[in-house]
Amino acid sequence: MGINLFQILNGLTFAALLFIVASGFTLIFGLLRIVNLAHGALYLFGGLVGYSAAQATGSFVLGTLAAMACVALLGVALDQGLLRFVRGVELRQVLLTLGIAFVLNDLGLVIWGGDTYTMPVPDALRGAARIGPLFYPKFRLFVLGLGIVVFAALWLLINRTRLGALIRAGVDDPEIVEAMGINIRRVFLGTFALGAALAGLGGAVGGAFLTLYPGADAEILVFSLAVVIIGGRGSLVGAGVGALLVGLLNAIGQVLFPELAYFVIFGPMALILAFRPLGLFGRTA
Amino acid sequence: MTAPLASTLPPLERNLPRGRTLGWLAALAVALVGLPLVLPGYQVSIAAQILIFSVLAMSIDVLAGFAGRTPLCHGAIFGASTYVVIYWTTTLGGSLWAGALLGILAATALAALFALLAIRTSGVYFLLLTLALGMIVWGVCLRWTSVTGGENGLRGAGRPAFLADHVSFYYAVLAVVAPVTFAIWRFVHSPFGMTLRGIRDSESRMRALGYNVPLHLFLAFTISGAFAGVAGALYAVFNDFVSPSTVQLSQSVAGLLMAITGGIGTLLGAFVGAACIILLENVVSLFTARWPTVLGLAFILIMIFAPEGIVGRARLALARRR
Repeated sequence: MGINLFQILNGLTFAALLFIVASGFTLIFGLLRIVNLAHGALYLFGGLVGYSAAQATGSFVLGTLAAMACVALLGVALDQGLLRFVRGVELRQVLLTLGIAFVLNDLGLVIWGGDTYTMPVPDALRGAARIGPLFYPKFRLFVLGLGIVVFAALWLLINRTRLGALIRAGVDDPEIVEAMGINIRRVFLGTFALGAALAGLGGAVGGAFLTLYPGADAEILVFSLAVVIIGGRGSLVGAGVGALLVGLLNAIGQVLFPELAYFVIFGPMALILAFRPLGLFGRTA
Repeated sequence: MTAPLASTLPPLERNLPRGRTLGWLAALAVALVGLPLVLPGYQVSIAAQILIFSVLAMSIDVLAGFAGRTPLCHGAIFGASTYVVIYWTTTLGGSLWAGALLGILAATALAALFALLAIRTSGVYFLLLTLALGMIVWGVCLRWTSVTGGENGLRGAGRPAFLADHVSFYYAVLAVVAPVTFAIWRFVHSPFGMTLRGIRDSESRMRALGYNVPLHLFLAFTISGAFAGVAGALYAVFNDFVSPSTVQLSQSVAGLLMAITGGIGTLLGAFVGAACIILLENVVSLFTARWPTVLGLAFILIMIFAPEGIVGRARLALARRR
């Protein structure tokens, strides 16, 4: 079996999902210097909340919004409630978020049990669309489009708005931004909430075509890590390129070496690290 | 950037005169040897488990405490050794001794591979990268069903007859752990270990002094992986079963938590940490199945309130009193 259009589309749609999740991760990492290892847990938790909300309201859109809002709130609570105690000490922050990930996942197990859930998809996105000679699930095409929209929106936000300028300035030199009379803490908090909301969006969307199950958080986390390690800290374009690379490699790997697909993202990551330890678009802090 | 969790600890040597250190060690040795005489069988088995995980925690401490690089892949290295031992003794029908040797070799080789990739990074990047590398091992163990048995894991061939009961197994573990502990102790107090501490405290200065920093880090990582492999091989005999949960992230996290609870950079704190975490796990599981929540909460609380760990705290208090 060779590589055909179907697999490439699978890779692209997976890359779009990865981008949605990893862009939130890289935003938080880049600006706040917080490596949020609870990002995968936020993804899964958001997906499960989205599932329940969508079941209750019968609407995919409402479910997705609920997932984003709930996870954004969780993110704010974590930042204000726990991370403030270890501000500025990177390793303690990372390990703390790891603790949060464990608690959050276990909480998910308590509330939803260990079952597998599939986020219900609206009727308009069910079934397959015809592209040339092949039929392809509409929903995955929708995810591909969504990924592009999120990329464009984030790019505009960061490069064309005042808030984006503050974020970029904050990445480079938070002290000076603060000295200019700007409440950088508020910008940080907003970014944290936005990054978390992106994890929630990823969870709701990913829950519809990858399903939600215990352990999904760890899988998406390691993919996001690979994306950010390849792309470089805090770089949106890096996250995009990284997501494409990881998504496509994963799709190709699944066809060529089904049992070792996981291994295939490892090669390019190693290569890139050998030449650029900070990632393709990474800059020194 | 590379600020380790705790680097300001006063060294033990300055706090305790040499004679008293030896006295404590002798008391500890007597206590460890006498333990099975006073404890019931099941508790002896827990004590053996604590010893095994102490080695894992020490192997993490070699990197986290002495080289200033906090790894999150040692659970995977540990578990890789466990997988190799069990695969060798069951599927291939080999002997336990050769299996243990192969397991340790596999762990060392894996650690060397990880080290090649990871030593160029430091701080959070190092943590992230080792996490991703460890997760790859987990992914391979989960998906490579024809070799690893996938989610079902592999059942071992059973303990050899002379290790069958709890007490003799405990003594066997002690007989391995004691010299290994001594070896790690010597390792971190050797000139090589001193160089590692120098790298931890100021990499650029060590580089300027002409030390080959990457080579030192590579060797430290590889050797620490070998120690984790010893722990993994012991665990294979202890548990007689291996599944992806042995290599998963929570294993690395638990090992790191043990090292941190005891005190990063204290080495022997690993025993205190391992005892605390494993006893806590056993007590908690009597009341609730929510062990991950307790583990996570323990992590959060320790990070906020006591990042220097129990032994680290004690040493700081001791130093202050003088």
